[in-house]
Amino acid sequence: MNQLEIKNLNVSVAGNEILKDFELTLPKGEVHAIMGPNGTGKSTLAKALAGHPDYEITSGEILLDGESILEMEPDERARAGLFMAFQYPSEIPGVSIANFIRAALQARLAEGEEMEATAFYRRLYEKMDMLKIDRKFTSRSVNEGFSGGEKKRNEILQMAMLEPKFAVLDETDSGLDIDALKVVSEGVNALRGEGLGILVITHYQRLLNYIVPDKVHVMWDGRIVQSGDKDLALKLEEKGYDWVKTELAPA
Amino acid sequence: MEPTNTAQTTLADPELFDRHLSGRENLPAWWLERKKEAWKRFLDLPMPNRKNEEWRFANVNAITLDGFSLPEPDPAAEAEALEQSTDFADHAGRLVFVNDRLAAHDPVGEELAARGVIWMPLEQAVAEHPDLLRRHFMAQPIELGSGKFSALHTALCSAGGFLYVPKGVEIEKPLVAFHWTASDQTAVFPHSLVIADPASKVTLIDCHYSTEGQTRNFITGVNDLYAGEGANLAYLGVQKWSRRSLAFQLNSTQAMRDSTVTSLNLNLGGKLARSENHSQAMGEGCRNEMLSLTVANGNQEFDQRTLQTHLAPNTTSDLLYKNALLDEARTLFSGLIRVAHEAQRTDAYQTNRNLLLNPAAEANSLPGLEILANDVKCSHGATTGQIEPEQIFYLAARGIPREVAHELLVFGFLDEVLEKFGRENLAEELRAHIRGKFGRS
Repeated sequence: MNQLEIKNLNVSVAGNEILKDFELTLPKGEVHAIMGPNGTGKSTLAKALAGHPDYEITSGEILLDGESILEMEPDERARAGLFMAFQYPSEIPGVSIANFIRAALQARLAEGEEMEATAFYRRLYEKMDMLKIDRKFTSRSVNEGFSGGEKKRNEILQMAMLEPKFAVLDETDSGLDIDALKVVSEGVNALRGEGLGILVITHYQRLLNYIVPDKVHVMWDGRIVQSGDKDLALKLEEKGYDWVKTELAPA
Repeated sequence: MEPTNTAQTTLADPELFDRHLSGRENLPAWWLERKKEAWKRFLDLPMPNRKNEEWRFANVNAITLDGFSLPEPDPAAEAEALEQSTDFADHAGRLVFVNDRLAAHDPVGEELAARGVIWMPLEQAVAEHPDLLRRHFMAQPIELGSGKFSALHTALCSAGGFLYVPKGVEIEKPLVAFHWTASDQTAVFPHSLVIADPASKVTLIDCHYSTEGQTRNFITGVNDLYAGEGANLAYLGVQKWSRRSLAFQLNSTQAMRDSTVTSLNLNLGGKLARSENHSQAMGEGCRNEMLSLTVANGNQEFDQRTLQTHLAPNTTSDLLYKNALLDEARTLFSGLIRVAHEAQRTDAYQTNRNLLLNPAAEANSLPGLEILANDVKCSHGATTGQIEPEQIFYLAARGIPREVAHELLVFGFLDEVLEKFGRENLAEELRAHIRGKFGRS
């Protein structure tokens, strides 16, 4: 029950079938990595999990702790405990990071229940310090004028504040230099624990040097074609994606 | 549902005017004479026509005088409205009108009264301060198209706040005037007149409210501000008329030498709400700040016409109108900066920004300049931004429901105006009113 189960998932975008009978089980407490070449459906998986309206689930099932989330709106899924760190986070003009996160936390409270402001800021600053985010960012508009690294750290900050049950990190390493990559990875590692399952989607192996996964899955043409431990990522790095194409792809 | 007797009443009914005059025979003859002249002018002037520049793109078909009459006394409604007149409670004086009838008058304190501050209902002022009224009541030019409705207002106006602040008197707390509509198919004519003598300081707040959300009302409000030399005058208008109302609000400002006038209008209510806002820089060194916030949803229409007239050199006017549009709402902003030949070194800015939260909403903007002086700094700008579905999805992916997301985005968009207005304690109450529009308080 304490897991995110994706069963026989078929997803199409604008009539094109992208995910094909996709299967994955992510237990809480584990970190799984999904690797694969561009266009193989990695980001589609992330968007479909989060409930993006352009991604049509034609069949299959997604169970979060045993409960189907297919009928849930994106905001309901998020409140049920699913988090997605975006590859390209949107800019939200005029809405400060503090107000944004507050609204997200407030949405998780019962009607009439109010958040305590002092405790909120204490926690926010603590997480910001961990992610080496300048406190001045608190009042800046979400992602507006942020560098690539700042955007990604902001994603992890939100994850830290919202305490999801399952987090999907969609190409969180893209656009990061080595320093930013380390900071983001440290942030993610600090959040690892019994209550959280993490799915790391990445094109490159280098992120997995810092966020060491329990399992690695290789994706090709809308489905997982091989699973293994962290060494699979190294093997993939060594052999390149052509190896997937020639050796792993179903005939 | 439309009542069946709609066609039987009209505001252009001579009997209606006679009924208004009856019981007012004791008011000064000049006042009654003005009303009669205005009534005649009202009848003579044509209804708005889109062929007139001032009514370009206006939804003139939705403007009607039919189906409205003057409200009858309703003690229960008055009591209810009075009970609800609690906004901006930290005030220096209050007036409450319900259906154009005086329901409460909290005078200014003894000290202010002793210094000559006058804060009283309009009709009392007509009797007690005829010189000030004769000079200033409805004395501003009507430049933005609503001559007919201005005349109607003069003819039928009885409810209003009259505020006179003598030279050098500074009033820190605001004066607050409540105007309520409390019955269906009725017309009201709220008025505010502020005369701030040299070096005085004062804030007036108009609360234009309805007790019920669905009464059909016709409102023509007027607010005239006079800022004497070096005076600092602030005006705040909160418009929350019922959702089926047809509302006109005609605001004029005269700013004398070195004075500062700041006005902020928060527009939330009405079915069709037209506002005409005219600031006149009369004396060197004066500054007019014209701010407006509108949250339009459902099928609401807001029609905003502005004019910044510069008649004296070294004067500044700064206009910022922001409209947030949801659903199928529609806004129209038409602004003009007019700089007279002698008004050299004028700084005049006019900005209209619109935010569309739904593709079916429609924001129109018609900025304009008319400059006869040659040494001026004038600019106008209009932008319309749209919230993209990806932005809404991003907020949703954090667990924020759609309504709350809209509210956050609208606040993010509008807050610049509240910051410009300053006066944080008042701004906080305005935020609460805006939140109320999203069904949360």
